[in-house]
Amino acid sequence: MKITRRTFIKNTGYVAIGFSMIPETVLSYESCGFEEVIMQDPRVKDWFQVLEDGRILIFTGKMELGQGIRIAIAQVAAEELNMDIDQVEVHLAETKTTPNEGYTAGSRSITQSAMNVRKAAATAADILLETASEKYNLQKQSLILQKGKILNKENGKAYSFPEVLQGKQIEAAIPSEIKLKRKSEYQLVGTPVPRKDILKMVTGEPVYVQDLRFPDMIHARVIRPPAYNSVLEEFKPEKAEKLSTIINIIRKNNFIGILAGDEYQAQKAKEILERDCKWSVPASLPQTDAWKDYIKEISSKSENVESTGNLNFRDNSVKAFYSKPYIMHGSIGPSCAVGFFDGDKLQIWTHSQGVYPLQGAVADLLNINEGKMQVTGVPGSGCYGHNAADDVSAEVAILALENPGKHIRLQWSRSDEHGWEPYGSAMLMELEGNLDKNGKINNWKYELWSDTHSTRPGGRKENLLPTSYYEGTRTGPSQGYLGGAYRNAQPYYTIQNKKIDAHFFEGPLRVSALRSLGAYANIFAIESFMDELAEKAGKDPLEFRLDHLTDQRAIDILNKLKEMTSNLHLAGNEGLGFAFSRYKNTDSYFGAAVKVSREKDQRIRIKNMWGVIDSGEVINPDGLKNQTEGGMIQSASWTMMEEVKFDKTHVTSLDWQDYPIFRIANIPHMEVQIIDRPYEPPLGAGEAAQGATSAAIVNAIYAATGQRVRDLPVKKTFSV
Amino acid sequence: MDKISLTVNSKKYQLETDPETPLLYVLRNQLELNGPKYGCGYEQCGACMVLLDDKAYPSCRIPVSVVQNRDIITLKGLGNRDKLHPVQEAFLEEQAAQCGYCLNGMLISTISLLKENPDPDRAAIDEGLKRVLCRCGTHSRFIKAVEKAAAKSRLR
Ligand code: FES
Ligand code: FES
Repeated sequence: MKITRRTFIKNTGYVAIGFSMIPETVLSYESCGFEEVIMQDPRVKDWFQVLEDGRILIFTGKMELGQGIRIAIAQVAAEELNMDIDQVEVHLAETKTTPNEGYTAGSRSITQSAMNVRKAAATAADILLETASEKYNLQKQSLILQKGKILNKENGKAYSFPEVLQGKQIEAAIPSEIKLKRKSEYQLVGTPVPRKDILKMVTGEPVYVQDLRFPDMIHARVIRPPAYNSVLEEFKPEKAEKLSTIINIIRKNNFIGILAGDEYQAQKAKEILERDCKWSVPASLPQTDAWKDYIKEISSKSENVESTGNLNFRDNSVKAFYSKPYIMHGSIGPSCAVGFFDGDKLQIWTHSQGVYPLQGAVADLLNINEGKMQVTGVPGSGCYGHNAADDVSAEVAILALENPGKHIRLQWSRSDEHGWEPYGSAMLMELEGNLDKNGKINNWKYELWSDTHSTRPGGRKENLLPTSYYEGTRTGPSQGYLGGAYRNAQPYYTIQNKKIDAHFFEGPLRVSALRSLGAYANIFAIESFMDELAEKAGKDPLEFRLDHLTDQRAIDILNKLKEMTSNLHLAGNEGLGFAFSRYKNTDSYFGAAVKVSREKDQRIRIKNMWGVIDSGEVINPDGLKNQTEGGMIQSASWTMMEEVKFDKTHVTSLDWQDYPIFRIANIPHMEVQIIDRPYEPPLGAGEAAQGATSAAIVNAIYAATGQRVRDLPVKKTFSV
Repeated sequence: MDKISLTVNSKKYQLETDPETPLLYVLRNQLELNGPKYGCGYEQCGACMVLLDDKAYPSCRIPVSVVQNRDIITLKGLGNRDKLHPVQEAFLEEQAAQCGYCLNGMLISTISLLKENPDPDRAAIDEGLKRVLCRCGTHSRFIKAVEKAAAKSRLR
């Protein structure tokens, strides 16, 4: 990929136009336990600039992760300005260039960045009209925006944006009250505008950070020790050094990096060094058959999430104990980054979800002034949360500093990624409930056990994998975001008496944010248990849920699912299951129905999955469907077969053989429908499907076999 | 270092490299092709697929020295923005991508499949695409894209 800076308008002066200014916008981003990003005094030019050729460039602080944020943002901007979609370019997260919108996480890309862009574009639209009216001495009311031009309705004369702005950008502040385009006039928003990047993907054009190429670029690899806390006892680089094109083998305490002219030689050197170097091998990971007891034992902190009414379990109650193992992000392309240090400034190209927090963390690690850094977001392979993107970027920064003057590309190997990424925490969920005489839930007691669900660097070095090796210390990650553990731990149903407690442990494996955090396991447990209670009440599981819902949008989801599955004929070996959730209890509504069968060879097969999603205003329905289907399929894979395994030394799930995921033959027939609510605010959607899909699967398995799976993955109980 | 000659996308190349180097690294680094991707290096994920004499094959392990007499095709050799291969066209029209990292393997496998079976049913599609992993869960769109590509190819 050639790194050509877009030619911006050469004259970088800005027009400051008097406008009622309300200087502060709070950009709250995914609550991952870090400070919220507050953009002081947001300006139009922070999000919106006019290009020389009359098109516009929109800056987003978010990353493209395959969720289609670029096209959604382009749609929103083009809409406010009545432009064609091809007249809008989108610049992804880059420090010093785009606004700091924190992490691309928590399903916040649309609700946060796209909404900021909408406001910036609306402000720009108004200022463009205002400026033209002053400049050409015309009535503002006689001017309209059309296809990137300002049109005088009276005589049909058109003025381009650069012409009106005279080579300047709009510096005005974005007021808090802005007149937005009327939704009834929308042309682009709410329609399935195709993404522009797919053409590049299918033709093999450069798209990813992995595709970056610079003149004389050096290829790097980093050595992994046998265990998290291994200490280097004998460093033996001699054999590896003899390989051709090896430039340098860098050792800093327990951190070893290889630089080579040729990528394959770098990879070979990594394998040789991993064999030749001697490390201490602490056998510190717990091995036990009583895993659940062990987790309860090591839990040290508790937090009451909710207490409502008074629990009273005198009447016979139903109890159930559920569990979920460690699971991995498992990006198809292992993490990769490029670094360049010119002796003064450090530049990093990364697929990190947060360029600003990464910059802060690397500055902290290497003692560099952030003013001497630039971090540029370039898409990578889908990440689904905090994978090794930040780690590889920090490692390449270390190597770049050691070897200035050349671009260095560091590629993690498959076993690096499988064995060293931060996983989604294992969790236990214990439920107890009983019914009143009308068959409604009376008491509900929920306890969960979990490790943290975010150890994102957040501007601090401690959470970067290389830090402790590089510094030769034992500082592990600081305790992360505990709140993620009880995301969706509160049921969305009307229940009189409730008590919900979360218990925290520091488990053996490195963990962080994985798509939907604790919501996946919590919804799995709650929605499995709803079926168990429905059975106790002698009610149909769907009706039982409807009996406990008051929110009409939730009710609509279940009714839609009922309708979609109404003409279904189930064979004797088949079962149908349902589940519902509202993500974070404040975001998208989602319901899933799943049909499974027990095959002649006793295997459980998922045959159909139906999804219904309500995300309020939909910017791009095709993108929403794509992400929802993807979320359902990914969740089905987690639920059916995934579990990170480890022995007393380290993780042993080091490739796709040891950690299988769904292949195409596992994919059921899919149907996703959207309930569009254009006059409601947009709701985060990217993680909405994870939890309910898993519960619908086990509920369907119960319907087909009479056996309830409470311990994930399903593979532990049935062959899949 | 050995002299190696390769035929890639109908062009002949003379290169110097360690003969053990897997084809993938040569394609990506020496020939600067972006189609084949590194995913695992173990022939487990299909990200690195190329057509070897019209058959999809992973390029991440096979030494470059053994494919000197083979006809190697990557995405770039199939079509470009102005003239797309029907399979590329079908994936584009179905918007069959999320992150898109697995797309190379899916497209190359589809082409290989359709050469052998111009009208594959679901079981044949499963067989044809089984080597390629997708983590984003875009599979249902891939299945539609393959069906569409088959229909397009039959029309040509
Ligand atoms: S990279 Fe070749 S199969 Fe995975
Ligand atoms: S689209 Fe992301 S891996 Fe397939």
